[in-house]
Amino acid sequence: MKLDPKVPGGPLAEKWDKHRFDSKLVNPANKRKFDIIVVGAGLAGASASASLAELGYNVKTFCLQDSPRRAHSIAAQGGINAAKNYQNDGDSIFRLFYDTIKGGDFRAREANVYRLAQVSNNIIDQCVAQGVPFAREYGGQLANRSFGGAQVSRTFYARGQTGQQLLLGAYSALMRQVKKGKVEMLSRREMLDLVIIDGQARGIVTRNMLTGGIETHAAHAVVLATGGYGNAYFLSTNAMGSNVTAAWRAYKKGACFANPCFVQIHPTCIPVHGSYQSKLTLMSESLRNDGRVWVPKNPGDTRPPAEIPEAERDYYLENKYPSFGNLVPRDVASRNAKEQCDLGKGVGSTRLAVYLDFSEAINRDGASVIFQKYGNLFHMYEKITAANPMHEPMMIFPAVHYTMGGLWVDYNLMSTIPGLFVLGEANFSDHGANRLGASALMQGLADGYFIIPYTIGNYLATISSKPNDTGHQAFRQTADDATEKISKLLSIKGKKTVDEIHRELGLVMWDACGMARNEEGLQKALDKIPAIRDEFWQNVTIPGSGQELNQSLERAGRVADFLEFAELMVVDALSRKESCGCHLREESQTEENEAKRDDANYSHVSVWEYKGKDSSPEFHKEPLIFENVQPSQRSYK
Amino acid sequence: MSKIELTLKIWRQAKSDAPGRLQTYASGPISTDMSFLEMLDVLNERLTREGEEPVAFDHDCREGICGMCGAVVNGHPHGPEKETTLCQLHMRHFKDGDTLVIEPFRAKAYKIEKDLVVDRSSLDKMIISGGFVSVNTGGAPDANGIPIPQKNAEEAMDAAACIGCGACVAACPNASAMLFVAAKVSHLALLPQGQPEQARRALDMVREMDALGFGNCSNERECEAACPKGISIRNIARLNREFLKAAIFSDED
Repeated sequence: MKLDPKVPGGPLAEKWDKHRFDSKLVNPANKRKFDIIVVGAGLAGASASASLAELGYNVKTFCLQDSPRRAHSIAAQGGINAAKNYQNDGDSIFRLFYDTIKGGDFRAREANVYRLAQVSNNIIDQCVAQGVPFAREYGGQLANRSFGGAQVSRTFYARGQTGQQLLLGAYSALMRQVKKGKVEMLSRREMLDLVIIDGQARGIVTRNMLTGGIETHAAHAVVLATGGYGNAYFLSTNAMGSNVTAAWRAYKKGACFANPCFVQIHPTCIPVHGSYQSKLTLMSESLRNDGRVWVPKNPGDTRPPAEIPEAERDYYLENKYPSFGNLVPRDVASRNAKEQCDLGKGVGSTRLAVYLDFSEAINRDGASVIFQKYGNLFHMYEKITAANPMHEPMMIFPAVHYTMGGLWVDYNLMSTIPGLFVLGEANFSDHGANRLGASALMQGLADGYFIIPYTIGNYLATISSKPNDTGHQAFRQTADDATEKISKLLSIKGKKTVDEIHRELGLVMWDACGMARNEEGLQKALDKIPAIRDEFWQNVTIPGSGQELNQSLERAGRVADFLEFAELMVVDALSRKESCGCHLREESQTEENEAKRDDANYSHVSVWEYKGKDSSPEFHKEPLIFENVQPSQRSYK
Repeated sequence: MSKIELTLKIWRQAKSDAPGRLQTYASGPISTDMSFLEMLDVLNERLTREGEEPVAFDHDCREGICGMCGAVVNGHPHGPEKETTLCQLHMRHFKDGDTLVIEPFRAKAYKIEKDLVVDRSSLDKMIISGGFVSVNTGGAPDANGIPIPQKNAEEAMDAAACIGCGACVAACPNASAMLFVAAKVSHLALLPQGQPEQARRALDMVREMDALGFGNCSNERECEAACPKGISIRNIARLNREFLKAAIFSDED
């Protein structure tokens, strides 16, 4: 198979315009003859569904939750970037492009990232027109704040609930199309497989999560907007239902997977506090503007923070990175917290935490100023931990947060299966090896509102609009496979719960394929994962039946896929012997223990093609060519 | 960290049309650092190992923002803590030996699917009836083209903070969705972008609410007390004004 990213020719700034002009169009009367399936109703899925329906296509949208308003995009706190330059502080499309590609440690495709920066401004206009209540200045103009990895203020926000407000905007646009009859919304449906006919994506198989019914749906194109796979680690900041199943089944049907080992670990999360813990909660990165990170100087110091005198505290970020201090990028902050804990200097009952201390800021600016800035976050922290950060330092630790890897897509956001498009976190396209804060919301909405409406037409114009139906043998076969898998899961009747096994997988992944990776650890994980998978298929227990609402069965299906997918993550991490962005190979560090890229050998996207159950995946490279920026070693000293 | 033991009386119902009943379970030792849903996880893990069906309950983000979780705990939707979703309620607020009665959200316009899982699609239906601004993708004017006073933007945001969990309905003696509808009508009426459809929206959403079997508001304020996001009933006053204005003065029918 040959990978063709289909990047248009011409100067960077003109590629998207040229491509839109060169793309084929579907005339308005013909649009209503095409059916499109959208899986997922987060920012990417909801915005795509609404925009495609507005154009006249018939859209069927699926989500796991009881309502499309609940997708995990809703949990994003901080904001959304755009190159509006409303602050007159030197921002531009090129600067947003440059910051994003540099933040990703030069492992993303130039043309895609530039287009993202280009459409960023349209997103803000669109959202305001929908009634998204962004923060405003007294004069009524939009407010901006600054975020990690940028020297300009380009982040738009709605308190600490930006993701919620943007999602509700997209959701309202989606609901409007439901009213018009252009979108059929199917909630509490889980996609179990993709249906391929004559090499093209032609539909999906879903499970009705209330009745257990296995359903088939046909379309002329399938759009996956199914989010990231952070829950491979069991504990992450993702919602409980976030999973890799749709993407993984597409992979097994021929869609290549790109950079699966690129996982962002967010430095400011509430630490793990017990073995019963179900998920981790993120505290906005904005806290590092005023909080100072420290640990005791002496390993094993168990005194409460107030009893540790100033001289016996180690403000390790400020000491090591005097110019960026506590505001180093996410990957650097995370790795350093781990390093301190590995040295025995961690704090709290588990010794796996560091302090984030606001006392100096409170003394400097006054308690009321600090509380006004961070009150809602402090409140959230106190609810979970019963400690008040106004009086004692917060405890934080890194946690799995976002996955830059995903299904490989070309410039049109089409996967290696014709007719299968992938949007948002589910694709690999824009963030390289590390995503900057406030860029996930931008990408999800760019893909859904402003890219797929153009690029899907270019595909549909090349295929027949003849009605599709689910009578084809491929639908029956795929549905039978899904049913058989469910029966197999239910028949195991072993002794371990799904969560127990998922937790075991999570620990292996966190240790070997987490913040720091090395050859030996990854090799060991490659032995352990198949053993856990075998145990799952022999010893898991799932009460209840398949013909009803069965949450154990839902989780089992997802964990079964994580158990296969995790192996690909490890294989990918092993094959990339350089460090870049969030992927730190301990073997590849600078003298100062920073991630050391190897552009001569690894300036490429690692793309994996499924070759069957008993064969290794085939490795392909998409070379990354930089014509407009010069890759440089990141330094935050 | 300390441990407590509780008696749990949980609503068990196999499916919508099956009879339900409260079933009693001993919680076993529960860490006070656990969230309420983690406490249910611990119970479910035990039930699963014993070969019993675990308690079905809706949940997703577990950060208090998706609005998927919710149950009535000792008569309070989302439990006894103010402005807290069930997933953000922690067990340190309960005492050793407490008995907790855990039931699904109940209302005429909701349907119990299984145990604590409820069909709240009626909330989506009210949004479908008019809870949006009719604007297509593309061609929106510059975002700073229309200045919006900060106060209006903030008030709109107060209303837009609704997470659509539907606890307000479960708390209301009339099972009314007035707070939910009022939050959306207020959010959009406070912004210039929402104003062209202001009258139509108020009429359509209220009409849909009635048609779906939600009750009316009789100023009990239970909705506001139960709301995990602190949505104020002042929004209901605004909805009433908007509705009256639309019904009497507008050309919309």
